Amino acid sequence: MKEFKGRVITPGTCVSEAVVSHRGFNTLASLQKALQFVDKSAKVGDQNNPDLFGKPIAGKALCLPQTIGSTTGGLVLYCSAVMKRNPAAMLFYNPIDSLACAGAVLASVWSDTAMPVIDNLGKEFEDYVKDGMKITIKDDGIVIVE
Amino acid sequence: MELTQLQKDILEGKQGETLAKIMKTLMMYGEAFGATRMAEVTSDYNHLVTSFGLGVMKPVYELMDTLLKENALSKQKFTVDPRPLDPNVPSNFLQNIVFRYFMYSRQDFYEKQLQKLGLLDKDAFTCTCYMPQVGNTPKYGDILSWSESSAVVYANSVLGARCNRNSGIIDIMGSILGYVPYFGLLTDEGRKADWIIRIETSRKPEAQLLGSAIGMKVMEDVPYVIGLDRWLGSELNDEACTYLKDFGAATASNGAVGLYHIDNLTPEARKFGRSLIREGAKEFIVTDEVLEETYRNYPIVWKDKDAAPQLCFMGCPHMSLQQLKDWTDTIEKGLKESGSGQVMIPTVFTASPAVIKEFKKTDYWPRLDKTGIVLSYICPLMYMNNPLSAKMRVITSSNKLRTYTTSRYYTNEQIKDLLCKGGN
Repeated sequence: MKEFKGRVITPGTCVSEAVVSHRGFNTLASLQKALQFVDKSAKVGDQNNPDLFGKPIAGKALCLPQTIGSTTGGLVLYCSAVMKRNPAAMLFYNPIDSLACAGAVLASVWSDTAMPVIDNLGKEFEDYVKDGMKITIKDDGIVIVE
Repeated sequence: MELTQLQKDILEGKQGETLAKIMKTLMMYGEAFGATRMAEVTSDYNHLVTSFGLGVMKPVYELMDTLLKENALSKQKFTVDPRPLDPNVPSNFLQNIVFRYFMYSRQDFYEKQLQKLGLLDKDAFTCTCYMPQVGNTPKYGDILSWSESSAVVYANSVLGARCNRNSGIIDIMGSILGYVPYFGLLTDEGRKADWIIRIETSRKPEAQLLGSAIGMKVMEDVPYVIGLDRWLGSELNDEACTYLKDFGAATASNGAVGLYHIDNLTPEARKFGRSLIREGAKEFIVTDEVLEETYRNYPIVWKDKDAAPQLCFMGCPHMSLQQLKDWTDTIEKGLKESGSGQVMIPTVFTASPAVIKEFKKTDYWPRLDKTGIVLSYICPLMYMNNPLSAKMRVITSSNKLRTYTTSRYYTNEQIKDLLCKGGN
């Protein structure tokens, strides 16, 4: 078990299972199919991301460096939150990018879904966390991985 | 964040709950990036990314309805990304039903919402709003609230405007409020380069391939590209702008680039030179081998990789007027050489309605029409993103389209040969 501290972008607590990407998460390419068609598990559709391709991320703690790609990204994330197909939490190794931040903020201000988003968790977190590990997120940016 | 009295009043709800929530959203968004204040939007027009009335995007329409009910309208007129439907584009009976009645069932409804919010005109649908024929061309130094990654990277890099990689919804919120948080690519510091890219290829690199290689390397950082002026010259003419449009779209979609500088060519690089490069910037050398490896590593997700293509899309982002003319010449010449009358693969060239209108006034139009190529204002990406189209073997020279769909990337030269000579 290891404890990490990051910066809270949008608050919340949760216990969930980690799904880990070491590449940029292309929000549109990853979530479009899940939103368009009946896939409540939100399997990742981005063929360029072998870490995540085909894996379900709804209700999981998505661990990632940053999001990339289309500027629909934040809007897609917001829709996924309203439609309850969003990750339970998003945990960034790096500082958050503008599209992911937009999605997190829109979900926080304009929806009733609480999706804790924490950034700056660092390289050590990235190296330690693996798919399937248990993630506990506390209010103050503390992330426990076991 | 330091707010003016007017901004404080908005935040406190003195102009209504909806505007207060918009202000809160933009403040939270900006504070995450250390924004110290809100900056006034100075461009004539905005540009939005969300053009498609996907039935499933109910949360967006509800939010737009809330804005309309509260009279929270855009202070600027805006252009928006391309329409997802065009009856001229080849599609089968089943696709037509799926597109019209299932996927984009809210298109008409959403377009009415956009008109009420401030759409520039009924044909203001394109990802290349900055083309002179469209008229949404920001000035150097303008502060924008745009989204659409390919348009943002073009506005920042080629026009010298200032815009962050805003998301859909954030774009319109900036326009409603008239302010955007001051951070990142709006600041002098945020426009400095984190990477030096040295182009050491033996020939002019394919724009979409070079953009892809750089985008995947630098991700969201700012690259300063040295050696590309050898191939593009030092003047931002039609040819250079078209190249940079395609190059930038690939950097933005294969990575997350919002601004690049091209040594001796783009406005800030010409004005400030290599002083734009941060101390300790990382370096990446692009050779023929790097580009070949980038190309080789693209996954091909077709079921039968050796089967013949069924459709070709060119123009993601939308083509420029000059690009349409050049491709007309190229295809005509290729067909003459191969002794064919028309292209071997159903092909769609896409451009903005305004560029199409201008193109149709030239003598190139009947010549292109004769080749069998369809000219459309559609968004190829939106056409492709459904299981029926995803099964089609579509080829393209757009790295953006490749990234987001099952389409297969070929270089411009390969596309020309496939269209004119056939094969797979």
